[in-house]
Amino acid sequence: MGSALFGAVESGVIYAIMALGVYLSFRILDFPDLTVDGSFVTGAAIAAILIVNGTNPFFATLIAIGAGFLAGCVTGLLHTKGKINPLLAGILMMIALYSINLRIMGRSNVPLLNEESIFTKVESVFSTLGIESLVNSVASAIALGSITSTWSILISMILLTTIIKVLTDFFLRTQVGLALRATGDNKRMIRSFSANTDQLTILGLGISNALVALSGALIAQYSSFADVGMGIGMIIIGLASVIIGEAIFGTKTIAVTTFAVIGGAVVYRLVVSLALRVDFLETGDMKLITAVIVIGALIFPQLIDGQKERNRKKRKRLQQEMKLKELQDGGKDYASSKSDSQSI
Amino acid sequence: MLLLNQIHKVFNEGTLDEKIALEDINLKLEPGDFVTVIGSNGAGKSTLMNMVSGVLTPDVGDVFIDENKVTAMPEYKRSRLIGRVFQDPMAGTAPSMTIQENLAMAYCRNRRRTLVKGVTKKLKTTFREALGTLHLGLEDRLNAKVGMLSGGERQALSLLMATFTDPKILLLDEHTAALDPARAELITKLTGEIVEDTGLTTIMVTHNMQQALDLGNRLIMMDSGKIILEVDGEDKEKLTIEELLHEFQRIKGAKLNSDRALLG
Repeated sequence: MGSALFGAVESGVIYAIMALGVYLSFRILDFPDLTVDGSFVTGAAIAAILIVNGTNPFFATLIAIGAGFLAGCVTGLLHTKGKINPLLAGILMMIALYSINLRIMGRSNVPLLNEESIFTKVESVFSTLGIESLVNSVASAIALGSITSTWSILISMILLTTIIKVLTDFFLRTQVGLALRATGDNKRMIRSFSANTDQLTILGLGISNALVALSGALIAQYSSFADVGMGIGMIIIGLASVIIGEAIFGTKTIAVTTFAVIGGAVVYRLVVSLALRVDFLETGDMKLITAVIVIGALIFPQLIDGQKERNRKKRKRLQQEMKLKELQDGGKDYASSKSDSQSI
Repeated sequence: MLLLNQIHKVFNEGTLDEKIALEDINLKLEPGDFVTVIGSNGAGKSTLMNMVSGVLTPDVGDVFIDENKVTAMPEYKRSRLIGRVFQDPMAGTAPSMTIQENLAMAYCRNRRRTLVKGVTKKLKTTFREALGTLHLGLEDRLNAKVGMLSGGERQALSLLMATFTDPKILLLDEHTAALDPARAELITKLTGEIVEDTGLTTIMVTHNMQQALDLGNRLIMMDSGKIILEVDGEDKEKLTIEELLHEFQRIKGAKLNSDRALLG
């Protein structure tokens, strides 16, 4: 149980990078971008095939990021210059990428067993620096020692995801970032302040898919394979993370929201791994579980808000009735005092 | 400052819905001119504004700003030269962003946007001072989301955002039409003050004749895509609503008569 949940947190932090990408397109640009299903695999495919052919895993991951950026830019071009509806532009790019991904890998699955990966590299750095044994001794001191064979993956990925979060937060506060947010909020307005909304949309989708491809490249190295079908439903997982995170952690500022998205990705993984422990559910039920989680995350906040509103109105009505009653009572007092004075 | 040279624009040419939106429009604005534009719906006022701002391009004719031909310049580029306030108070601001972020975007109108922080300490002081001139207390709400402001407040903010970076030309498209009379009055007053202080070259479309007479040094009246009346300087100051209506009927009447003569 413990190690399964630990694994869920680990992969959750890696999927969080993808979720941040989905947040950029879906929330910031207000562009439901289905390219994600394809660009996630593109990232995984490129990293895998380069690593198999002996490229340095860091360099392979960088190339994967670049490819994701390009894929997003193409979707952006289809929408802005080709005037294709956002959903359709994304779907077109998604199926186009399916074939491209097959071409990149040459077959439908590339195993990465016993290959060098970012994680093996980080692990060796951790053990030479002695961080691993340090963390392990701390972990066993608080009775978490047996939970995992290595802490390096979790620690390095939390570090990377945090760096990406901080960079995203900063970017969205720059002059370009503000214009990008306004492009999703009010295109007409930001055009009247001399921003090229087409360029910004393309840039935004590029960055979004670059993050998605990075996440794909890391997941391929984490689970030691790339598969042409590993991106199916990825956009829904991304949306689930965004929606769950926003529902739990709120959206007060950009920094809070990006944190919420990361939290949402981890919570999503935890819920799925818990759900899969239920006896009659199988791995194949995963997509169904995802759909149910998303529906729940969309509907529950509404139900809660509705209940809150009803309670508020009830309270208000009660207050009103109390006031009325007081007035009537007061009126009686007044009337009686009046009749008293008259009688005198 | 602004020159419209023989502008023609037809919508849906060759179909049953064909509409001549602008016909041989010639207009020249000197620096500091404040022109108010009146006319009934469909007269071509909004099309005229869209020609200047670059939302639409003319079929024939050219637009010059500061001696430079901008006819083919896309809207977003032309926005560097032009400040705009729309009729819809929701249109001129980004609702999910804060007041200071909106102002920071407006601040970049005539600058290249880079990867430096949008809202800096120094800019905040500038924003606070600028907001102070509106006397709405917005200077103390820099971090409030613009979506939380009332229509009047949003329109005042739009006006400030359009003007505080010193555009070559200011376009006001019925910017008080969606507000209640008191707010409309306030925005009209602010408009007068700001244009007077900054000496901006301004075009204002309005349906409110009194507003058209109160503001500006020039007035033009449009009908069916043409400028049918131009009043400048002293003549405009003496002009009354009655005279304006009378003039409108006289011109329309004359046109009707000549049409009748043609048909007869």
